[in-house]
Amino acid sequence: MTTTQVPDTYGRFGSFGGRYVPETLMNALYELEEAYNRYKDDPDFLAEVRYLLKQYSGRPTPLYYAERLTEHLGGAKIYLKREDLNHTGAHKINNTIGQAVLAKRMGKKKIIAETGAGQHGVASATVAALLGLECKVFMGEEDTKRQALNVFRMKLLGAEVVPVTSGTRTLKDACNETLRYWVSHVDDTYYILGSVTGPHPYPMMVRDFQRVIGLETKDQIIEAEGRLPDVIVAAVGGGSNAMGIFHPFVGDTSVRLIGVEAAGRGVDTDKHAATMTKGTPGVFQGSMSYVLQDEGGQVQEAHSISAGLDYPGIGPEHAYLKDIKRAEYVPITDAEALDALQLLSRKEGIIPALESAHAVAHTLKLAPTLPKDQTIVINLSGRGDKDVESIIGYLGGDLP
Amino acid sequence: MSTVTANAIDTVFAELGAKGETALIPFLTMGDPDLDTSVKLIAAAEAAGAHMIELGVPYSDPLADGPVIQRASERALRHRISLTDCIGVASKARAAGVRMPFILFTYFNPALQLGLERFFALLQEHGFSGVIIPDLPLEEDAEVRGIAERTGVHLIPLVAPTSEARVERIASQAKGFVYCVSSLGVTGVRADFHAGIDQFLATVRRASSVPICVGFGISSREQAERFAGVADGVIVGSAIVRQVETSLPPEALADAERTKAGLAEVQAFIADLKPRKSETA
Repeated sequence: MTTTQVPDTYGRFGSFGGRYVPETLMNALYELEEAYNRYKDDPDFLAEVRYLLKQYSGRPTPLYYAERLTEHLGGAKIYLKREDLNHTGAHKINNTIGQAVLAKRMGKKKIIAETGAGQHGVASATVAALLGLECKVFMGEEDTKRQALNVFRMKLLGAEVVPVTSGTRTLKDACNETLRYWVSHVDDTYYILGSVTGPHPYPMMVRDFQRVIGLETKDQIIEAEGRLPDVIVAAVGGGSNAMGIFHPFVGDTSVRLIGVEAAGRGVDTDKHAATMTKGTPGVFQGSMSYVLQDEGGQVQEAHSISAGLDYPGIGPEHAYLKDIKRAEYVPITDAEALDALQLLSRKEGIIPALESAHAVAHTLKLAPTLPKDQTIVINLSGRGDKDVESIIGYLGGDLP
Repeated sequence: MSTVTANAIDTVFAELGAKGETALIPFLTMGDPDLDTSVKLIAAAEAAGAHMIELGVPYSDPLADGPVIQRASERALRHRISLTDCIGVASKARAAGVRMPFILFTYFNPALQLGLERFFALLQEHGFSGVIIPDLPLEEDAEVRGIAERTGVHLIPLVAPTSEARVERIASQAKGFVYCVSSLGVTGVRADFHAGIDQFLATVRRASSVPICVGFGISSREQAERFAGVADGVIVGSAIVRQVETSLPPEALADAERTKAGLAEVQAFIADLKPRKSETA
């Protein structure tokens, strides 16, 4: 399949992607791309990244057969790719390890990052501490309130957290502010972008650093089942955990790839983050992709119970996979995600992150419709500890 | 169908060049505090001595802009100002007697959603001479450039101190003028410019066959005069937008006297920015 050859030299995935940024950043993007191309096949660089993934983050993460959940649903066999067992509790660290090692090779001493739920911020602050880099994390003021624990965690790790008060005060504006800061400090600062979004080369590079999820899954499912899975389900906000698990399977056309986006209070309300279901192509934060926008091209506010999915854009390669019909994208509401979170907690003793709960929720609908000899892999991208406080807010302090 | 006539930006620079003067190019966010006041502000800018003007389209995600223009955009978007509204301001300003060239400043997505052919047709219809799209670098501008050339609207490119080898490619293809970004960073008032600014401007000058103008961070006559000898024009944005914020807050509009006084304050501020003397480069 030709899909493995994207992006082209302009950073295009079909008609999506590209580099729509102020001129001030263009050479920095080329410098980054050159450095990445130089190191991505360099044995020393790869050895350092692999060492840290294994000894520091605990990879490979298990592919766990969720037997009780499978029995409960009475359909396809369900496996969980346990990215929640990574150091810092989510898949985000796969990317921050790769980029921080790259930043160091490029001679950069300062890193910056944006964060929504705080997972990417924590993962960035963590690798900054590990590699002795100075770290600033930009976070929407609204999110600093929703995720106060992660703010404190980042500070414990020695990072500076900069609350963003512009625009919607959430992830979208944290991204804008990080880019603005980078424009001003591009001489000595490396921007660790946290998802498969933004201008080229980020969507390609972050995908490559997250591919380890899919590569491990492939080996593990073949070991467990002797064949490829039938379906892979993953939550998409910007889309990094989904792209990480999807990408090694893109050429395996028998494997259905399903991205689950946040429908918030419903795709027919104005409170959702269902970029693929309700968005249209546009240019947002450095690349062409699907965007939630009004008819005049103003980007709209997204809503989700999950701060990590609360984003009006999506990575350009996802837009491409949707358009060539290689992947499907479906919406899941806040309420469905909350139900799924509770069910997985009770059936398997695993409290998933609210982001990952969206993937679980779609699986609850899908698994009973499939025969028992089929397999579904859910990318369980993060653990739910960070969300417990907001879940209390939604469910009330006392459970039945 | 009009025949090809000289672009008004080129004409103004030719006249200023003959007199050895530096162009003063203000920037205003359209719709801040409202569209009618934008028309009056444009007239005030011309009365203050502006030679051409950038009309800024408010956008939800103004990546290249600092806090002052972000706030202006937020104020304007509160009453749902669209790209076509902003373009329409030009015709209203012409009807009010404004003669200087108009340049539209917009992020790419609103133009893309309108449709690029329709966008340029409207720019032509409403008498724009140029357009600046800050998030459309050389690598992405092929389609826009083609339509711009066909319609005779100048696509004015930006170059930055970090552009280095790109300066040659950008400046050699430029139409209208080359917009030189004075410093690393977003728009906004600042005390210092990039350390290598003069060398950077000299590099752009060598590569460019059109005039060069400096913007980002110019907020006083002293700063404007500092560039008068080395550039053909100075662009002042945030400092003026901040003056609009102070002199014409939305609540002032209900009071005709206060509005009049506010317009006079902005006009005086712009007049005071004009370089008093200029040297030839």
